[in-house]
Formats: sequence, structure tokens, C-alpha cells
Amino acid sequence: MEVKATKFHDTVTMAKRCLLLSKRNPDTLLTSIMLPALMMLLFVSLFGNLVHVENTSYVNYIVPGVLLQCIGQCSSTTAIMVNKDVTSGIVQRFCTLPIKKISVLNGHILEAVIRNIIASVIVLLAAMLVGFRPCAHFLDWCVVFILLLGTILTMSWLSVIVGLISNSPEGASSLSAFAIILPYLSSGFVPTESLPKGMRIFAEYQPLTPVIDTMRNALLGKPLNASTFLIAVLWCLGLIILFYTVSLVLFQRRLGK
Amino acid sequence: MMKTMTASPSPKSFGNSEAISVSSLRKSYKDTEVLRDVNFSVPRGCIYALLGSNGAGKTTTIGILTTQLKADNGKIKIEGYDVRKNPQKIHELISLTGQFSTVDEALTGRENLVIMGKLRHVPEPEKGATKLLEYFELSPWANQPVSTYSGGMKRKLDIAMSLTGSPKIIFLDEPTTGLDPQSRHGMWNIIKELNQSGVTIFLTTQYLEEAEQLADRIGILHQGRMIAQGTSEELKSYLPHGAVEFTFEDIETLEKVKSLVKSHKMSSKSEDKQLLIYTDGKADTLAQIFSSLYQNQISIQGFSQLTPDLEEVFLTMIAESEEKSNGSQSNKVS
Repeated sequence: MEVKATKFHDTVTMAKRCLLLSKRNPDTLLTSIMLPALMMLLFVSLFGNLVHVENTSYVNYIVPGVLLQCIGQCSSTTAIMVNKDVTSGIVQRFCTLPIKKISVLNGHILEAVIRNIIASVIVLLAAMLVGFRPCAHFLDWCVVFILLLGTILTMSWLSVIVGLISNSPEGASSLSAFAIILPYLSSGFVPTESLPKGMRIFAEYQPLTPVIDTMRNALLGKPLNASTFLIAVLWCLGLIILFYTVSLVLFQRRLGK
Repeated sequence: MMKTMTASPSPKSFGNSEAISVSSLRKSYKDTEVLRDVNFSVPRGCIYALLGSNGAGKTTTIGILTTQLKADNGKIKIEGYDVRKNPQKIHELISLTGQFSTVDEALTGRENLVIMGKLRHVPEPEKGATKLLEYFELSPWANQPVSTYSGGMKRKLDIAMSLTGSPKIIFLDEPTTGLDPQSRHGMWNIIKELNQSGVTIFLTTQYLEEAEQLADRIGILHQGRMIAQGTSEELKSYLPHGAVEFTFEDIETLEKVKSLVKSHKMSSKSEDKQLLIYTDGKADTLAQIFSSLYQNQISIQGFSQLTPDLEEVFLTMIAESEEKSNGSQSNKVS
């Protein structure tokens, strides 16, 4: 029991360290909030009057997609931070301390979760300013929260992988471009049926689509589509386990170099 | 293969207890052997300097001793604990300051120390940080980001971070590389003071002067082999005071001389046409050498008598060890 307590304690210390580092570098957090928020503003003002999908305003329609863009951006910061840690040699120091090595990575993930939740709340508030009106009840919010958490963890572990395999922080930052584009190729901004054929097939089967669809239903207070929700959760769980395992292997290899 | 010196007694006396003991340590990466059968031990409370040029295997040795790398072979014990079996226990006893400053540049000196204290599970990390900042004279800059520190200050903070949680053995990988002379002397004093408080210190260095200044024991690592070990006095006594160096016209002459004086120990630098002959220091012996050269009509371009310093020992030993390995290689070929 005591061992578990200290293990958690180390993760918290590591997360605090990462939070401090993020605080000292506020522009990255700002970018990851501003970029999706500005995109949202642009889309809503350009297409808001033209596009009406699924009997709701365009802003209501795109909020989940914007949220996922924000999470993607925010998480890719973790790739840079992890990369800095492994290339600067500070990880070597951490690994000769009486702590579990994995708490170094867990700390990064915990910090990413906190940072992402803050960013998500800000993006939701910004969305409300431009006309987003959620009619979600408590359980709906729970569904939204579960999916947000799932996506954050998936993207953060993916960021850890990118951070571990990149040779430089610049290389690690390339993840953010991918994170911005992926939601466009889903049901995030237009219904998948309206996409050209090749894109449509990709969009229909990629993990973000069930996540976005379920989130949108929940935010708009529509009844939960259990099978879509299940698919979304399974996608997240499966990818988290995969990315986590790959991260561990890469971390060991990077340390034993 | 290894020469253990047993001339003069060590100025500091150590008990029998060993802080670090390493036997038949081997490590290779793919096809290159980085460490080939390294043996040494470090008494508790001693400053041990592992001396060697770049690529000698110093950092690999530290990596293995601090549990970051797995040895291919060998028995390594720290304070009696096996490095492979008890890494967690080892982590409680040791601390490592790597070759490159490993501090969070964006954080302040104090924040760095507090985080380290928490990770070492020190009861009062804040208090510990304050104490260390004072000790290392960093208090005025405690709340400034490390990125504003000078190289010497960063290195001090680096060492301070290693001291949180009072480890028993401190590993310093090239602690003064890249420091200006003044900071280097400051660092030496810090290391000596630390050692006086009872901490065992294992450091690597490329500087002979540093090893001579600091270390109670010196090990010379060359191409993955420990070619000599002992106190700086012991190592110096390896070069008797009668070492003389000759320079000749060409390599043929050099080879000829080699066969003439083969009763003496020698080492040659063919590219400089130089030959180092070790004598017992007596004038008669010198006269004999000169007379045999004269009788064989060998002209001497240059001659000097050497007073040994550690550098000489270092270079001589490296030259000898290279000759040996070249010799064994050519034997294999023929």
C-alpha cells in the first residue's frame, strides 16, 4: 500500500514539474487554445449562415470537432516536452533516483490531462460566446467528459511515442499538424456523407468520428446512441493500451542506449 | 594485463570496506567492445578518478555503475548490493551528475532543488533546498530561472541537486569539463569538502591535473581497458627518474637502437623518431647506452632527461598498451 502511495506521489511531483514548465512557456498553451478557437470563429462566421446540418446551428455542430483539434494541439506539446527530457539527459538523472521510471512518463500524462481539461473548458466558453448553446444534462456531461478524457489520454500517449522517437524537439512538434488535420477528415466539420468518396471511407472508419458523433449528441441533449458510444470508448481504450505499451518499450530502449 | 602499483603507501588510509567493487566488467555495443575486462574497487570515503581520453569508456562505466546500462558480463557491487539485482536499493545510495548539465532551464534554482528533494522523498524539501542554495552560494539567484545562470553556476546547481537526500556515493561524469579555470578550482574545493564529510566520490575526467589534485585513487582507462591503477604517487613511480628520451634521424636508426638497448624497458614514438628508454637513473647506465650508440655510429639528433609527471605516465602507458595490442594482432595475422 505504501509503495503504491509513493509511486503516485512521484507521478504527482513529475506532473507538478511539467505544469511549472508549461507555465513558464505560456505561448504554447495559448497557441493550442487560440488556434482552434480562431478556426471556430472563422468557420462560424463564414459558413454559419449557409450551413445548417442535422437541424442545429453550425456552431453547435462543429464544437466537438473544435474540441478535438484543441486536444490534439495541446497534447502535441507533450511530445516536445518528452523529447526535451530524453535529449537533454535529465531523464538519466531521474532514472537514478529511487523512483519508478514510469512515473516520469506518467507525470507527463497527468500534466497533459490537467492542461487539456483547462484548454477544453476555455474553448467551450469561447464557443458559447459565438453562439454555442449546449442542452446537455448531467449524464450527458459525464459522457462528454469520459470521451474527452479518453481522447486526451490517447493523444497524450501518442505524443509520448512521438517525443521518444524524434531526434529533436522540432521533429516532435510535427505531431501538431497531424492533430489539426485529423478532425477535418471526420464528421467534425461536415457530415461524412458530403465528403468525396476516398475521404468519406476514411472519415467513416476513423476513431474520431464515433467520438465526435457521441459527443455532439450528448452536448445537444439528444438520446445516446449506445453502439456508437461503445465503439468510441473501445477505440480510445484500444489505442491507449497500444500507445502505452509502445511508449514503454521505446522508453526502455531510449534509456538503454 | 593490468599493472597495480605497490610503491608508496596512500596518503589517506581507508578501511577494508569497499564502496564500489567491479570485476571482469565487459560491455559492447553491436560489434564494438567498449569495456574489456575492467576490474577495480573504490574504498569507502575515497575520491576515485577514472582518467581517460574521449571514447575510453568512462561514461559507459558510469552508466553501468548507476544501473542505467546493463553490463554484458561482470560482477558489480555498490555498498555490497549487486547492481543488477538491487537497482532500487542502489538508487537510494547513489546520485549521478551527468556529463551535460541536467537541470530544468526554465525553472528557478530553488524549484529544481525542491523537485529533486521531493523525488528523493526528503522530509522537508523546501528547507533542504534553502540549505543547499546557501552552501553553494547560489541564494541570491535562487528565484531566477536557471537559463540566466552562468556555466559555473549551472554546474554548481547540478551538483547541489545531486546532494539532495544525502547520498552515500556521488558519481560525477566530467564535473569540470567546459568550466573556466576559476570555476574549476571552485568545483575542486567543493568536491574535496564533500569528500571530507564522508561521501565517496567517483568521478571521470580527461584532465590529469584534475585527477592529481583531487583523487586518492586514479584508474587509467584506455580503449576499454584499465591500464593502470593507484595513487598519483604510485603511478608516477612507474616512471623511474632515469627515463631518457632520444630523437634520431630516421626510423631505421630507431629500430637499430631498439635492438641495441633491448635489455632496457622502452617505448617508441615512430612517427616522431623518438625513443623513450627507462633506466635506473645511474650515470653509469647512461654512459653505457651512449657508448653503445657511439660504437655503432649512430647519430643522436636530440636527447633529454625526463622528470616524470602524470601526463608522461599516462602517455607512456597508453603507448605501451597500444604496442601490446598491435603486437598481439600482428601475431595473429602471421
